[in-house]
Amino acid sequence: MPVGVIVTEPAVTPEKRIGAGRPSAPDREQRVLDIIETARAKRPRFKDSAVNMSHGAGGKATQTMIEGLFVPAFASEALSQLGDSGIVSVAGTSVAMTTDTFVVKPLKFPGGSIGELAVCGTVNDLAAAGAKAQALSLAFVLEEGLDANVLREEVEAIARTASEAGVSVVTGDTKVVERGLADGMYVCTTGIGEIDPRASLGTDGLVAGDRVLVSKTIGEHGTAIMLARGELGIEADVESDTRSLWPVADVLLDAAGPDLRSMRDATRGGVASALNELARASSVGITVSEAAIPVTPEVNGASELLGIDPMYVANEGVMVAFVAPESADAALAALRSVPGCEAAAEIAEVVAEPPGMVLVETAFGGRRVMDLLAGDPLPRIC
Amino acid sequence: MKFVDEFRDPELGRVLAGEILGEVDPSRHYKLMEVCGGHTHSIYKYGIDDLLPENVELVHGPGCPVCVMPMGRIDDGIAIAAENPEVILTCFGDMMRIPGSTQSFLEAKADGADIRMVYSPLDALRIARSNPERTVVFFAIGFETTAPSTALTLKRAKAEGVPNFLCVCNHVTIVPPLRALLDSPDLRLDGFIGPGHVSTVVGVRPFEFIPAEYGKPLVTAGFEPLDVLQTIRMILAQLRKGEAKLENQYKRVVPYEGNPAALKVMQEVFELRPHFEWRGLGFISQSALKLSEAYADFDAELKYTVPGVRVADPKACQCGEVLKGVIKPWECKVFGTACTPEHAIGTCMVSPEGACAAYYNFGRYAREKEAVVS
Repeated sequence: MPVGVIVTEPAVTPEKRIGAGRPSAPDREQRVLDIIETARAKRPRFKDSAVNMSHGAGGKATQTMIEGLFVPAFASEALSQLGDSGIVSVAGTSVAMTTDTFVVKPLKFPGGSIGELAVCGTVNDLAAAGAKAQALSLAFVLEEGLDANVLREEVEAIARTASEAGVSVVTGDTKVVERGLADGMYVCTTGIGEIDPRASLGTDGLVAGDRVLVSKTIGEHGTAIMLARGELGIEADVESDTRSLWPVADVLLDAAGPDLRSMRDATRGGVASALNELARASSVGITVSEAAIPVTPEVNGASELLGIDPMYVANEGVMVAFVAPESADAALAALRSVPGCEAAAEIAEVVAEPPGMVLVETAFGGRRVMDLLAGDPLPRIC
Repeated sequence: MKFVDEFRDPELGRVLAGEILGEVDPSRHYKLMEVCGGHTHSIYKYGIDDLLPENVELVHGPGCPVCVMPMGRIDDGIAIAAENPEVILTCFGDMMRIPGSTQSFLEAKADGADIRMVYSPLDALRIARSNPERTVVFFAIGFETTAPSTALTLKRAKAEGVPNFLCVCNHVTIVPPLRALLDSPDLRLDGFIGPGHVSTVVGVRPFEFIPAEYGKPLVTAGFEPLDVLQTIRMILAQLRKGEAKLENQYKRVVPYEGNPAALKVMQEVFELRPHFEWRGLGFISQSALKLSEAYADFDAELKYTVPGVRVADPKACQCGEVLKGVIKPWECKVFGTACTPEHAIGTCMVSPEGACAAYYNFGRYAREKEAVVS
């Protein structure tokens, strides 16, 4: 083996370093930490020169764009809550409103399709705000040349899913763009629903001692999509969990009432991002017990091979619920009574310190920080 | 998962942690370097640090192949993709966010360069076959772990006569940077957790010089948490006995002589570069590979003019010293000011698991934890 020689400048000499060791320089270390703290506490500024794929991944880049560009531009009290839905008052009634655009590729995947997703995604964002969806708008961007049967099938899927969720499509829009511009079809839905009288939810009301529940096994939707793209050469029976979460919200509101502090539809960015957003909004810490996280063996295996943590993988049928400790057991029992939610589990506890941070107690017995991702979870090579 | 969970048993982990405690001298501070980025990931993922005594410190080494890629090489890759419309540049996913001097691949892609993520060099070859009117350039990175798969792909491309497949070879070798670190007069490391994945290819023998010439223990390690803990116990046991030996904890995968077939194909396809620049470490002689004469037709660096500019790491960047365990991340002159995770300068800030990035994000928490423990 060859001999390696560094030919850059010599390192700082040991003499210069005396007195700079860990125990003797706590003040300087504290100063550096303070600088970082100040920098991080500032509102994020959107400074990128172009939009790239990480702005759509639900991690740090997305957060910077939302909090650094959108929120300040619109100066809306409802928007700045950064909930899954915005809450507005219409003729004295509290109404939740949300919108979502669907650009999934492929259009059909095991366990669902873009049409089902377009209904469930919006219904679920309303459910997370404690509102049963009452009306949906539906907008299509269609690509020239799209097989009409594909469109028919998706329209049927939308009609069926909306009917199952008890919501009507009341208005819509259609645009067609030239071949090559829209991957077949993009779908946008907007929904409204009245806030349930049992609900007193918010993003900033978590307190130490609150428990965090997930409504079922996690990571299935994102894994199914990755595998369906066929780029990985992995085959596994993983189906998307696309489903309406209103039944889940309904039983939680019944079981916990005002003790249900918050709910989050854990889509893009996964459960980990939902926990981080709430920890920040409420200035609390969250400690996750890794051994308690429900994951199917198939998702676990695929994640292991790809070096991805299922906590960051997207779901389309997982509700994360934050419940006061007195009602946590009742809420969990109620969740498990919902068909498909038998694997619901308590996975984390809200703690006072460190504020804004999510920590994981690993199944192996150590601890680590579970931060927002910079962009998409990417397979590792090393 | 069978054959995996056995190596993640928390009960056995606690037993090993207890044994480690028995090996350490409480009056002494230990600095052990895990050479490989894969180990850094395991340590981080399982929280292995937490199971170690206060005076055993793990130092992240130079073995993360994407983090050591210098800005100039990334600029070259972007130039090939951006200035030649026929080119599809392909690379592994974790390369996409590594900053060049002005852009990362991800940002260049947003500007219109055709840059695609692949999971294997063979995927890149497949893209070349199905796009005969384009030129597919594979931006190859990695240590001896990934070099054989690039070599095999090039062999296949040659055998099949695929005319539109090229490679930018950035493969690096593990021994020269280790020797460079060990040659530094200010090195403060007591032992090495040896790189398991690289060793499956090169074997354990190339690391004999570390105990023999530098008197430091090296134990080749697997990647499961029990592997890492057992390795740490083996190193500490050597230190307690005043020994410096080469040991192999990862015998279930790593043969002493490595993988002769993989080494043969590498020898056929690659040759050593006279020198190569490492982000944070500077130029290290004979530390990287390029395509051999026989494969010159596939060498994108010969086909395209690239800027080939050496973009100097800013003078103030002290990644080298952080890697050697001489200074803590926060002692670096640019830490937290010019160098942040959003605008990383050095290798230690580039990867989220790098020593500086981890300290930037979680340093306050780590300090609070120390205060609670002590």
